[in-house]
Amino acid sequence: MEENKETYWSENLRLIFICLTIWFVVSFGLGLLLVEPLNEFRLGGYKLGFWFAQQGSIYAFLGLIFWYGAKMNKLDKKYHSED
Amino acid sequence: MEELKLYTYIAVFGTFALYFAIAWWARADSTSDFYVAGGGITPLQNGMAIGADWMSAASFISMAGMISFMGYGGSVFLMGWTGGYVLLALLLAPYMRKHGKFTVPEFIFDRYYSKTARVVAVACLIIASLTYIIGQMKGVGVAFSRFLEIDYDNGLYIGMFVVWVYAVLGGMKGITYTQIAQYVVMIFAYTIPAVFISLQLTGNPIPQLGLGSTLADGSGMYLLDKLDLVVTDLGFKEYTTANLGSTVNMFAYTLSLMIGTAGLPHVIMRFFTVPSVQAARASAGYALVCIALLYTVAPAVGAMARLNLMNTIEPVAGQNLVYDERPQWFKDWEKTGLLKYEDKNGDGKIQYTANNTDKIIIDEKTGKEILINEMVKVDRDIMVLANPAIANLPNWVIALVAAGGLAAALSTAAGLLLAISSSISHDLMKGILTPDMSEKNELLSSRVVMTIAIIVSGYLGLNPPGFAAGTVALAFGLAASSIFPALMMGIFCKKMSGPAAVAGMCSGIGITMLYVFQHKGIMFIPGTSFLGGMEPNWFFGISPNAFGVIGAIVNFSVAFVVLQVTGPAPKHIQEMVENMRIPSGAGAAHDH
Repeated sequence: MEENKETYWSENLRLIFICLTIWFVVSFGLGLLLVEPLNEFRLGGYKLGFWFAQQGSIYAFLGLIFWYGAKMNKLDKKYHSED
Repeated sequence: MEELKLYTYIAVFGTFALYFAIAWWARADSTSDFYVAGGGITPLQNGMAIGADWMSAASFISMAGMISFMGYGGSVFLMGWTGGYVLLALLLAPYMRKHGKFTVPEFIFDRYYSKTARVVAVACLIIASLTYIIGQMKGVGVAFSRFLEIDYDNGLYIGMFVVWVYAVLGGMKGITYTQIAQYVVMIFAYTIPAVFISLQLTGNPIPQLGLGSTLADGSGMYLLDKLDLVVTDLGFKEYTTANLGSTVNMFAYTLSLMIGTAGLPHVIMRFFTVPSVQAARASAGYALVCIALLYTVAPAVGAMARLNLMNTIEPVAGQNLVYDERPQWFKDWEKTGLLKYEDKNGDGKIQYTANNTDKIIIDEKTGKEILINEMVKVDRDIMVLANPAIANLPNWVIALVAAGGLAAALSTAAGLLLAISSSISHDLMKGILTPDMSEKNELLSSRVVMTIAIIVSGYLGLNPPGFAAGTVALAFGLAASSIFPALMMGIFCKKMSGPAAVAGMCSGIGITMLYVFQHKGIMFIPGTSFLGGMEPNWFFGISPNAFGVIGAIVNFSVAFVVLQVTGPAPKHIQEMVENMRIPSGAGAAHDH
């Protein structure tokens, strides 16, 4: 059981790391640091960098939270850790 | 005109009657109901309630107006106030739910086994929440001044009274069901005018798509390109690329808002009310769905409002609106003192340009002269409320927006007042000073605290330190620099000790307050900047609104240094943290 606890936690940390990397890339990366080169491209009337800053990042955040939730529910079942 | 007034009264009083009725029906009978609504709320309900809590005067009334004038720079609000939910869902909510306590300071007390830590947490929470409420008061003042056609100060006094009646009457249980109703009113009030305006301008009813579409005027030009053209012609920065100071400042601003989101007590408290750890994760997701509905529409509202405003004042290039022929909404907002015109060149026409000096400037690119600006005051916080009238939408839509704006300011103010009152009466008085206080006295004292908090924040709201969204951003910075690091280290670093966390919180919020108050005055009272003539934004060009992340870094660093010196937390605390990380066995929230 002790070992289970630790692998459960390290798998969780791995998931969190993946999610936060994506979180950083879509907002700070594409919406902010890379906004100028991305603005050379277009999504309809949107400049692409502008779109990530004002629309795209929010959709990505939504996807991330639900994906993490689903993954964690599976993990909870695997380790019989749900309520 | 009379029709508009009638509709506004019906919308405002109708929705308020509904909220009061629900609050009365679900009124709190016990302390635990008063704080966390008995734990029996589904994730979707909770998501909507968080949405209502969240969508304050800052999001509803102020944000799109800020974006309207900041353009791309306004993205800090959009990313900052949504990205924080990712942090909440991944880093805090599930573990805090597992631990199962009523308030944030209570959690801090358990985790850091120290009354000092609890008192420090209460202090941080009060400073952040009070600042937040000042922002709400600004919104309430704007909404009531317009609605009752009086000046801003009187609008604020009336708003204070309404907030008082509303917040003191019910506790969280009343508030949870009321807030679901408020969420529904708000989201309709926000999206319906946006749909109408998007249809008018682009022929596309979905604002998120309309913003990226071509204009319906037959020119075939993209809306955003047109807006860029219109504003740059008048000397303003290009809408889609206008930066907010510098990239460093925008980065810090966004990150401050994100971690502030995850450190604000009135949002975290919501996650104590769900039945399980899985539900806590889901709640954060549903909350973001409810919030994203507004946040993805807001950029469209901002851009379209700016374009409509520009087109109203200068329908054809060079043919400015004659002041005597100004539309009714213009006259209405002049009454509040939040919109002012001054005929500087005496031609009786309205010029709106970026040239705020009295000199005529020649634009280097176009060779045209930029006339002197005569719109001497355009308060950003009026844009959302004025937007439907600027676009000539039907009166019932304008009335609906007024009702939504009031609901937004009121619901958040109530949630924050609850967080303040619970931390004082529950954490400070019952937890530390007078442990044998009866439930009845606890309820009474929490109501007294709310009353005092309303008076203080109302007074400070007479001279707010910025537009509503800017003021609220300061509150996020304060939460970011104090509460968030303490909670995160509490969960992810099981060795983190009480003294280290206390040192971290104190130095984090301390340095943030120094920076903020130096710029904005002590507790935002004008003229109390204590260090005198320092350059604004002297620290790497970071504005006070964006400084929270620096405070958070200081907080983390100090905590880890002190941890090295004073040694790790005791064994039983480390075991408690390990237990917190496993979802199984999460009971209902319980008291000590």
